[in-house]
Amino acid sequence: MTALNFVGLLLARIAMGPDPDDGSFWMPPQVSTVARSVDWLFNFILAISVFFFILIVVVMVVFVIKYRRREGQQAQSSPSHNTALEITWTVIPVIIVIVIFFFGFKGYLDMATPPANAYEILVEGQKWKWSFNYPNGYVDENLHVPVDRPVRLVMSSADVIHSLYVPAFRIKQDVVPGRYTKVWFEATEPGEYDLFCAEYCGTSHSDMLAHVIVHPPGEFEIWLEKASNFLETMTPVDAGRKLFQVRGCQQCHSMDGSAKTGPTMLGVFGRTENMADGGTITVDENYIRESILEPNARVVAGFEPVMPTYQGRLKDAEIMAIIEYLKAPAGASQEE
Amino acid sequence: MTDATTVLTGDGQPAGPGQRDSYLNHGKGVLSWLFTLDHKRIGIMYLAVILASFFLGGVFAMFIRTELLTPGQTIMTADTYNKMFTLHGAVMIFLFIIPGIPATLGNFVLPLMLGAKDVALPRLNLASFWLWLIGASVAVASIIIGAVDTGWTFYTPYSTTTGTAVVAMTLGAFILGFSSIFTGLNFIVTIHKMRPEGMTWFRMPLFLWGIYSTAIIQVLATPVLGITLLLLIAERTLGVGIFDPALGGDPVLYQHFFWFYSHPAVYIMILPAMAIMSEVISVFSGKHIFGYRFIAWSSIAIALLSFLVWGHHMFTSGQSSLTNMIFSALTFSVAIPSAVKVFNWLATMYKGSIRLAAPMLYALSFLFLFAIGGLTGLFLGSLSTDIHLHDTYFVVAHFHYVMFGGTVIAFLAGIHYWWPKIFGRMYSERWAQVSALLIFVGFNLTFFTQFVMGSHGMPRRYYNYLERFTAYHQASTVGSFILMIGFLIMAGYLLHSLVRGERAPANPWGGATLEWETASPPPYFNFEHEMQAGDPYDLDALSWDPSIKGYVRRDPSSVLAAPRGAD
Ligand code: HEC
Ligand SMILES: [Cu+2]
Ligand SMILES: [Cu+2]
Repeated sequence: MTALNFVGLLLARIAMGPDPDDGSFWMPPQVSTVARSVDWLFNFILAISVFFFILIVVVMVVFVIKYRRREGQQAQSSPSHNTALEITWTVIPVIIVIVIFFFGFKGYLDMATPPANAYEILVEGQKWKWSFNYPNGYVDENLHVPVDRPVRLVMSSADVIHSLYVPAFRIKQDVVPGRYTKVWFEATEPGEYDLFCAEYCGTSHSDMLAHVIVHPPGEFEIWLEKASNFLETMTPVDAGRKLFQVRGCQQCHSMDGSAKTGPTMLGVFGRTENMADGGTITVDENYIRESILEPNARVVAGFEPVMPTYQGRLKDAEIMAIIEYLKAPAGASQEE
Repeated sequence: MTDATTVLTGDGQPAGPGQRDSYLNHGKGVLSWLFTLDHKRIGIMYLAVILASFFLGGVFAMFIRTELLTPGQTIMTADTYNKMFTLHGAVMIFLFIIPGIPATLGNFVLPLMLGAKDVALPRLNLASFWLWLIGASVAVASIIIGAVDTGWTFYTPYSTTTGTAVVAMTLGAFILGFSSIFTGLNFIVTIHKMRPEGMTWFRMPLFLWGIYSTAIIQVLATPVLGITLLLLIAERTLGVGIFDPALGGDPVLYQHFFWFYSHPAVYIMILPAMAIMSEVISVFSGKHIFGYRFIAWSSIAIALLSFLVWGHHMFTSGQSSLTNMIFSALTFSVAIPSAVKVFNWLATMYKGSIRLAAPMLYALSFLFLFAIGGLTGLFLGSLSTDIHLHDTYFVVAHFHYVMFGGTVIAFLAGIHYWWPKIFGRMYSERWAQVSALLIFVGFNLTFFTQFVMGSHGMPRRYYNYLERFTAYHQASTVGSFILMIGFLIMAGYLLHSLVRGERAPANPWGGATLEWETASPPPYFNFEHEMQAGDPYDLDALSWDPSIKGYVRRDPSSVLAAPRGAD
């Protein structure tokens, strides 16, 4: 670590204020049961590394200074090998890596084996949106969990490989199309944390973020109850707007008139569209419904048939709400 | 100075008085280069195209770092950024660093170290160069035309569902691979068949051991790329489900294939770097290399173990815990031979007479940076910590410390070490020191910050990032500009040396390997006499001759083969 490094980091730290994410110099805050053991091993390896690094650099610098070439002076003679010494510095690293391996594996087994009573949430990754499916069928774009209770995520992907990563929990698991992958954790501290996609997945990979909200004891159930009833508690337009955001439509359809992967939904209702097969169509309730359930039945000219079907993933009432939202005047659509 | 230009450009002017024949002026015109069978000229042509690739990859890197100055858009869109890092990775890995040292310095120096006239199969050598050109064109064209934005790892199904360019790109990589196989095969045959009298296996310069181990990997691992390509083509043309889940294939299988080649490829990159280190540290410490056999065997050990660790790239892919355990254990085993080498290099300096000339500055820089690169590998080989660090900037920093801090820095050590031999000219030592220092400082600022943001959770391949990572990114970008300035200075004094540099003696550093026994630059046929080899690290056999500003052998006849028929 050069002096400049430290200066750089120091400036970085000053600019950000102390502990940008309430963590330590190296690590984000510890918010899961496994975080502590991961950090312990991290610090253990760090200590070993710093020791060997300093050893190497000090020996190097001392030799350079002490044995610096002076005019007309030859190297002193010393043996050009020493089997005992060389075996020593082969065996010592062997022992050290065996120890590291052991702790790493032990810690990993804890991370890989969920307790039997874990609360299960289904997760779906899709370009570039997470959706979290709670046991009662409610779907949210953020991950809400109770504190101090093991949670198991059963994950699948609608398109390419993604990877669910929560630094504060020290967990990461790829989400692979065509199979289910699982990961578990137990949050230890109520609060709000970041969830990233860690496997590159295209244009908006870096915006495929979500929040993890860890609820204090007793509050998770209340939240779930309230959130699940949004079709009843909200107006259809508001519910539709929420669904439009939560279910990933927004990822491909803008509300400001600009085309993304799909056509804009600004003023879509009643619009006359040119279709890829040469015909035209006027957008009405039935056409929107068809677009959602069988998106490739009729494709808008100038776009790829990449919209996934929502057959079985959206209930009738939800489709109705979305249609209401898309019918609403532009003012209602634009408001976030 | 006019005669100097004549030698180098071969522009047809009559050679000045005292101008001797060298490979540079033996044969004139572009064709005499493009179709040469001379390993030295092929080495130079490789050097030119490989440095051009490095420059190109560096330009992409600067675009990336500039974009990351601020979250969100700074100078380009997300899609452009994604293409940039794909280009940066693919060009640096496939065009620059994999062929890098063997094709340039290996080609130039290996036959000279053997006291040989050329490699065993000169035509194959030329074919390798041409294949490189073809492969490079296919690869770069397919990325640009196909707008490939998959990253250099081309993971399915992302790569197979976003256009067909991945097949063309793999084809490019495969052609490049063949070029690499040709070079490797050639070196293996040359080392087996053309060692001079007196050079037993364990009297071979360690550079040759390193290149030999590299060649083994090149020949054994690269065919897997071909198999992957055939499977990709079968899937796309015949619809056989292999990698694409939509067809019933398994995308993770692709990762296995990819890393089965690409992990050993990491050692194709680092072994030749270590090979250079063994030469430079010994010569600039004025000492016999310490622990010759351990260093030689550790190269072979690394070559063999490198085939057994590919799964460590996939700890989070959902493979079984047992698989993860095995790959983690095997991964740690590769750490040992690397550690052994570092200790042996340090021991070589003990009681030496250390000269801080440019090649040695880079060698010391290597020890410093490679130590960090290697030690941070421990965090990634260990399962529970890797889960957190995988696919974050910690990994980006780690492999840049190994590939850049290791391979590129050693490559620079090698270039500065053999430059006088290759071009017959010295470079400005003062400017070399300035640029070595800038590169060292810039590199650490760029990449050390990335360790910290990575362990805080900043994922890699992110166009946009959270506000709290801004300061790290900015420090890193500042570092990359310092790094760039260091390289520009280097380009300046090296180009200057080509035309104005002081004439180099045959042996400016006091190396005892055979390449220093011939003139700088070497004559077309390399040596005037048949050579015989002694201990390649017996540096006491040389002494400084101030009149030629170079070293001479105390007993020149010791490296000349006995006249034929004498015994
Ligand atoms: C992966 C990107 C993607 C997602 C996610 C997506 N769509 Fe689409 N959508 C498209 C594309 C591309 C088209 C145009 C091609 C077509 O007609 O199939 C389209 C077409 C449509 C159309 C017809 C538009 C017109 O102008 O005729 C509607 C309505 C629609 N989508 C609604 C939705 C709704 C509602 C959702 C969320 C439940 C959604 N889309 C999610 C990509 C997407
Ligand atoms: Cu992603
Ligand atoms: Cu690897």
